[in-house]
Amino acid sequence: MIPLSWYLIFAAALFSIGLFGVLSRKNAVAILMGVELMLNAVNVNLLAFWRYLAPENMAGQVFAVIVFAVAASEVAVGLALVISVYRRRQSVQADEINLLKY
Amino acid sequence: MIYPLQVVFILVSAVTLGAALMVVTTRNMVRAALWLVLALFGVAILFVLLEAGFFAVAQVIIYIGAIAILMIFAVMLTRRIAQDPGPQLNSTWPIAAVIALLVFGLIVFLVQVWDRAASLPPPLPQGFAPLQELGVALVSADRYLIPFEIASVLLLAALIGAIVVAWERK
Amino acid sequence: MSDPVTFVAKWLEAYLSGLGLASGWIAVIMAALGVIALGSAVLLLDILLVWVERKVVARFQDRLGPNRLGPFGLFQPIADVLKLLLKEDIIPQGADKFVYNLAPILALATVIMLWAVIPISATVAGSEINVGALYIVAVGALGTLSIIMAGWASNNKYALLGAFRMVAQMISYEVPMVIAILIPVILAKSMALTDIVESQTVWYIVLAPIAAIVFLIGAQAELGRAPFDLSEAESEIVAGYHIEYSGMKFGLFYAGELLHALTFGGLFATFFLGGWRGWGAETYPILGIGYFLIKSMFMYWVIMWIKYSFPRVRIDQMLNFCWKFLTPLILTVLSITAILDKLMSGLPYWAYVLGMLLSNLVILYFVYQAVGRYARRERQRVADPEKFRVNFPVKSTASPSHLP
Repeated sequence: MIPLSWYLIFAAALFSIGLFGVLSRKNAVAILMGVELMLNAVNVNLLAFWRYLAPENMAGQVFAVIVFAVAASEVAVGLALVISVYRRRQSVQADEINLLKY
Repeated sequence: MIYPLQVVFILVSAVTLGAALMVVTTRNMVRAALWLVLALFGVAILFVLLEAGFFAVAQVIIYIGAIAILMIFAVMLTRRIAQDPGPQLNSTWPIAAVIALLVFGLIVFLVQVWDRAASLPPPLPQGFAPLQELGVALVSADRYLIPFEIASVLLLAALIGAIVVAWERK
Repeated sequence: MSDPVTFVAKWLEAYLSGLGLASGWIAVIMAALGVIALGSAVLLLDILLVWVERKVVARFQDRLGPNRLGPFGLFQPIADVLKLLLKEDIIPQGADKFVYNLAPILALATVIMLWAVIPISATVAGSEINVGALYIVAVGALGTLSIIMAGWASNNKYALLGAFRMVAQMISYEVPMVIAILIPVILAKSMALTDIVESQTVWYIVLAPIAAIVFLIGAQAELGRAPFDLSEAESEIVAGYHIEYSGMKFGLFYAGELLHALTFGGLFATFFLGGWRGWGAETYPILGIGYFLIKSMFMYWVIMWIKYSFPRVRIDQMLNFCWKFLTPLILTVLSITAILDKLMSGLPYWAYVLGMLLSNLVILYFVYQAVGRYARRERQRVADPEKFRVNFPVKSTASPSHLP
């Protein structure tokens, strides 16, 4: 059988890869992809804890459902922002969108 | 002793992590989105291994059917960037890599010192149907009705917000 | 002898355990063999479908159809396959080769994957997962992906336009179709397709006729068949997302499309026509396979009938029809069905059925009135456009008729 730690380490690796993507990518859409990977890692953890530690308690699954909803809304708003910015600035590079700095 | 499930887990997680690495390093954005699809699919298979079939199916519907398709659309609508030959990582990417590795190391350390990390899944109680339980839990007023409703309101707000933000005023 | 599939499976299992294999590995081998058997059977059926489709379209168009090769032209598909195999395999310049080659495989594979959950007879069902209805939606999402991959990887404007149209259409029509699937789920109180079939002592098309109609329209759009064949509108974008594909790669798309149509026929039969249920199907499961195939073939014929009878709609008509008509309608029906199901849970079954049917008929009457009024207004608008003309600076929002 698969011990719980395998899932936790897998989720940690996925989360770190997503974090790297968020911190290092220039393209705003790619940053959103990194966020999706991180949210997925969280979901793996939630469901693993549900299955291994408290299968009678549905809290883990309920939170996974809520993470799905949050991920969907985050992508919808994020991509709308990206497209809106692209229309005005002709660019989706995160480091070129720096008007608020000044 | 090697169980078939362990082989499946190792194969799937290796493919998923490889695909995730490609997501954050590929230059071609459409390809990155397709790698993202593969990574998300791998996570869906892990949900099956966790006996959460509903989440595996929901993962494919929501992430691949909606989110990944939206991302591909967004990449194609901002088409000039898809062909951008320049580096796709910003200048501080080594720092980002160090931070990511540190986070990974920290979590692995925490897992190592935690005494329940090696626990095995307890058998599900007789006659216990997680799917029905989840459905009842989501709509019972004394359990998770309010978080669920708030999530729905969040979705609605995001829907309206996305339309307002992306609306092309003429 | 009444149940050959189970008989063969039992025999194989006994043979394998006779070889001294562990029970875990026997399960793995049996599952793999089951996948191969079901997949091959479906693909063999697909070859026959080429003949059926060509023969039926010929009859609709007052022609004879293929009739040279073999009896009734039955061997025509084999000649077609040979021709496709011998054609030159072209990869366009600037194409993303890997994605380009993967797309047709994915397109056919997703269709075959749908068969994993469809119960074919009382004893034969690929998998009895408890979220079968959702699984179908999920696999449909993968099909969308294959289309966008084909459109993007071809490096062709028309292909990309076709893919965009197709994906917009599939995502839009998925909404009413999924809600239409939820109505049998409510009636059967289970998402497993096997339970849905088993609970249909009365076919659900009687209990939920509106859901059946909406599902059929959604299936038609999901398949990209006329009147929703905007993605391959020959007069506008040549051939849509598979314009650059030649030879057997095109063949895979074509086979996938035909099989998809039959699969939706099978799904319609499963959800609304009682699947394998019929006289004596419980005691003689082999009869169930026959009933199921007859019902799916009939629905496949209905889908073809619609395809070859209706003209193509415009893209704004297509989207308006989905979002302003089908989705509100099916949401109303879903809420009413759910409320009635709770209210009538104590009644005898015939009263329950009658109540569901009556509620559907009442809704249908109001819908008919509303559509009639809309059609009259549209006819007036078309007859006298001056009266409805909007002055120049304001963008016209009036949408033209989307009804045949």
